[in-house]
Amino acid sequence: MGTITGRRAAYERARKRRSTVVATVSSLAVVTAIVVLVPKMPRWDRVHESFFNGERFAHSLPRLLDAFVLDIKIFAWSMPAIVVLALLVAITRNSRSAALFPLRILTIAYTDIMRGVPIILWIYLIGFGVPGLGIERPWNSPLIWGSVALVLTYASYIAEVFRAGIESVHESQRAAARSLGLSSWQTMRHVVLPQAIRRVIPPLMNDMVSLQKDVALVSLIGPIEILRQAGIDKSKFANFTPYIAAAAIFLLITIPLTRTTDWLIERERRRTTGTRIS
Amino acid sequence: MSTAKISLRGVHKAFGANSVLNGIDMDIAEGTVVSLIGPSGSGKSTLLRCINLLEPIDDGEILLDGIDISLPGFDANPVRRRIGMVFQNFNLFPHMSVEDNITLSPVRTLGVNKSLARAKAVELLERFGLADKVNAFPDQLSGGQQQRVAIIRALAIEPEVLLLDEITSSLDPELVGEVLDVVRELKTSGMTLVLATHEMGFARDISDLVCVLYSGHIIEQGLPSQVFSAPQSERAQQFLERIIRAGRL
Repeated sequence: MGTITGRRAAYERARKRRSTVVATVSSLAVVTAIVVLVPKMPRWDRVHESFFNGERFAHSLPRLLDAFVLDIKIFAWSMPAIVVLALLVAITRNSRSAALFPLRILTIAYTDIMRGVPIILWIYLIGFGVPGLGIERPWNSPLIWGSVALVLTYASYIAEVFRAGIESVHESQRAAARSLGLSSWQTMRHVVLPQAIRRVIPPLMNDMVSLQKDVALVSLIGPIEILRQAGIDKSKFANFTPYIAAAAIFLLITIPLTRTTDWLIERERRRTTGTRIS
Repeated sequence: MSTAKISLRGVHKAFGANSVLNGIDMDIAEGTVVSLIGPSGSGKSTLLRCINLLEPIDDGEILLDGIDISLPGFDANPVRRRIGMVFQNFNLFPHMSVEDNITLSPVRTLGVNKSLARAKAVELLERFGLADKVNAFPDQLSGGQQQRVAIIRALAIEPEVLLLDEITSSLDPELVGEVLDVVRELKTSGMTLVLATHEMGFARDISDLVCVLYSGHIIEQGLPSQVFSAPQSERAQQFLERIIRAGRL
């Protein structure tokens, strides 16, 4: 018995070692190819100078980080608004009450229209259009209305993500909840939504990462955030390095964000499931 | 006026063109065990779902203590707290621990405070031999354990009647016994039970009344001894013969 277990474990170890070696070698090969071959391209010197200029990078970075604070602010106030609005839209669309029929039609029209037009157009239309109605300061700020445009468009996408999640929860779960005397709202709140949201977290994170980048589009109507600041620096020195610096700053936020969610999902899965297939 | 706990009068139910219940009349006396037997598709599950108001009926009436609960617009939620239901596929909430599954309804619908509900859940789990599973998740339990938790969840709201919809049909044979033991105990405690079942031997032993359904009609009803040994209608005879030939009785 002991020897069989030992052999099994040894086999597993050997297999794991082999996969690790294969993965490491192939990754190294790709990275080496890029590092060695790209600088051999005929105009690498000029690209290196205008995109990877150390001096320009060091000069722009602090200014870009300052400007990035605005991106984070827009993201921070837009995201909760998006999630709340999207949930409301998804729940309304899924409701079975006859009284909500007009609202259901409205939410369908809303998703169709918001998703059907490019986000940049909405930022222009709402960001310039609404303040143009003659609203007094400070409520005519393009920052506000640009964010509103972001919220309205993103909520229409994310509402569909939530709706897919809600519909994926089996009818028998509702039957069980209702048979226990829960109202339809309590069933939604305690039984359907928690399961639906867990299931759509990966696509939801996808959209959050997207939003984190699309925040930069608000700069098109005025506010100086990171992308616009990078554009200013680029023009001033006729060098593209600030864009590389901006890209690096975006990655600094998005990568930890996605890694953390993956970890949270995995932890939740381990907590609630029994056996798992390797 | 009958003294039955639940009375069905001329209950009809159709799904589109498919007519499932075609005039069901029955009386379920308080503290009795009523078994619904009959071939698949005869309407047993639909009948239970109608009594639980999960499906609106098309015609007829369903009386609970003499009050028609099937009227359109009648508030179903308080009724469902008086009539519990257990399903074939357990339908536990996978995102909640055993404790949360059991305490959800008492806390949310009856306003029982959380620690009291928990104490009650633990007490019920102990009574049915599951005390060590209070913090487990449904996925971590065997089918038999899940179904016992589902029964406890239904009992936690202290219903007056419990509807059991083929509660052993998706269990491995060796797990059926532990679930049936729970049902036996419930009978001893005086609970009114209505069960749709394919466990004929069990139905014969435990029931006070057996109803044989066939395409939406009750074609035979009576004491188990009478229905199982001397069925009157030809269809009931044929159904029971098939069951005996399959070795299920």
